[in-house]
Amino acid sequence: MPTLKKAVLSATVLVLSLLVGATHAALNIEITQGIEGAVPVAVAPFKWTGPEPRPPQDIAGIINKNLARSGRFAPLPAKDMLARPDSDSEVNFKNWRLVGSDYLVAGNIDYQGGDRYKIRFRIYDIFKGKQLDGYMMSVSGTRLRRAAHHASDIIYEALTGEPGAFNTEVAYVTADGVGKQRRYTLWVADSDGHNAQALMNSDEPILSPSWSPDGKRLAYSSLEDDGHQVVFIQEVASGRRQLVSSNLGLNGAPSWSPDGKSLALSMSKDGNPEIYVIDLGSKKVRRITRHWAIDTEPAWMPDGKSIIFTSDRGGRPQLYRVSTVGGKVKRLTYEGNFNARAAISPDGKKVAMIHRSNGKYRVAVLELETGYLQVMTDGSLDESPSFAPNGSMILYATSSGMRGVLAAVSVDGRVRQRLTVQEGDVREPAWSPFNK
Amino acid sequence: MKFLAKAAFAILPALLLLGCGTSGEVKDETEGEGGQVSDQMTDMDSSTSTRGAADGSDMTGERMDGGAEDMTPAVDPLNDPNSLLSKRVIYFDFDKSDIQDEFRDIINAHAEYLAINQGVNITIEGHTDERGTREYNIALGERRANAVKRMLTLQGVSASQIRVISYGEERPAALGHDESAWSLNRRAILDYLR
Repeated sequence: MPTLKKAVLSATVLVLSLLVGATHAALNIEITQGIEGAVPVAVAPFKWTGPEPRPPQDIAGIINKNLARSGRFAPLPAKDMLARPDSDSEVNFKNWRLVGSDYLVAGNIDYQGGDRYKIRFRIYDIFKGKQLDGYMMSVSGTRLRRAAHHASDIIYEALTGEPGAFNTEVAYVTADGVGKQRRYTLWVADSDGHNAQALMNSDEPILSPSWSPDGKRLAYSSLEDDGHQVVFIQEVASGRRQLVSSNLGLNGAPSWSPDGKSLALSMSKDGNPEIYVIDLGSKKVRRITRHWAIDTEPAWMPDGKSIIFTSDRGGRPQLYRVSTVGGKVKRLTYEGNFNARAAISPDGKKVAMIHRSNGKYRVAVLELETGYLQVMTDGSLDESPSFAPNGSMILYATSSGMRGVLAAVSVDGRVRQRLTVQEGDVREPAWSPFNK
Repeated sequence: MKFLAKAAFAILPALLLLGCGTSGEVKDETEGEGGQVSDQMTDMDSSTSTRGAADGSDMTGERMDGGAEDMTPAVDPLNDPNSLLSKRVIYFDFDKSDIQDEFRDIINAHAEYLAINQGVNITIEGHTDERGTREYNIALGERRANAVKRMLTLQGVSASQIRVISYGEERPAALGHDESAWSLNRRAILDYLR
């Protein structure tokens, strides 16, 4: 009973901080490099067929911004459109060819009573002169933004053949103030930077947020126990959290297993940092590595059968791979003398990491099959790479002037984005899994 | 301030995790710890009063989390700016955790003091520069703090007197992005007040 009461107390604190901090912690995302010859697409304003007042969100506007932000599409401004078709209109394909659009999205929103809205839209291939797909969804007013992201995913997939990752979230940590006034806050925002929600704040550092595969919880490490690093799991919706590891020494770098049942982490309870796996159901702890060196930053392969981690057992930090049932450790990286903090692509074929070359710490991607390593970024102190759940982009922390900012690069290196907050530093990004 | 913060941190996890009545326990514990430390300080003063003509007005240039004003006794050798004990920061080379020769005398002085004053506890805080990854740096900072701890225990200090924590790259002493700042940030701090 008391536990419950206290959980309520902590939730109140979180709601308060949400109100105070949300405005300046929203991420502003800008494209710093797009693809030449981005595909021209027209998303006509969705026609409102209900009574006044109009719905609180501009669905087509959100879709347009998402498509533009992907770097792969060049949306046609509404003012250049010769017609404003909705999902019931006859489409005059010639007109759309005239304004140079390859694809058209036409939709409408209807009011269903209560807080319910119905969104319908169709996707057309202008050159083939036919409809590619049509969708209908029913949502509450508070989930209209979500619905617009979901629609963006559907459109993105129809046009590229790959799933979109707009209806996802990003976790990150901000640091504000200097010296004793420094405050750290863990946030979750929509992938377009909106709806930033503070999950927890502390005057000691917060590190390594890691999403549960169902996207409902975050594991992270925190130094709030007077500098002692411990690991928490926190529910995003309720703010409720649970201490999962607070052994003597370090408890850090948590990483959720693909089946959601275990957490890999680094602990130094037995003398020096080793990789362990905690079974979240039974609380049983299994030791995975056994070496006097530093073993940390575990990341699960998508099949859950092995873990890639950072170790300086060879003298310098490099990436190694070990089976989750233990056994022989295999070194993965040989290029350069610093390769750390692996993030594995959702298909398990690529490993992003922080790689040092010429004294610069940059995001590099290793192709596991060929061993080919490609440097993806041009920062000097890049950190914490994280794949989008569709594998299209890598989100990471970098610096701009004296400030910590986030950036993203597409896996083909052609699209680049910068994500900033209004003030303070932002770091430790983690892209959520697909919303289920 | 310090104790307040400490109590808050001690209570926070307890609030979230433990049953009723624990916040009282935690508070007692914190008070107990504080009491213990000041008792020891008094003991230690009386036994070492011949050593120090220190006035406690200045703590040399070392950063020690502004603890100077918290130290009550004026004749504490820890506060004597002429004593090696006033030096609390050990610096390291890049990605290294071995103790350089120039810092051995400082650590030896602390070892001698702690071995005599077995009721005095310290926290050794490990730090790194900003290069590399955060969790690896937390581990490297811990390794640095442990290197200092090992030197102390080898000379008779009880491991139970020493608490090791690491901030990795999270709490730089100097804010620049070049070697002059980095060299100040690769450090272990011996903290008697924490």
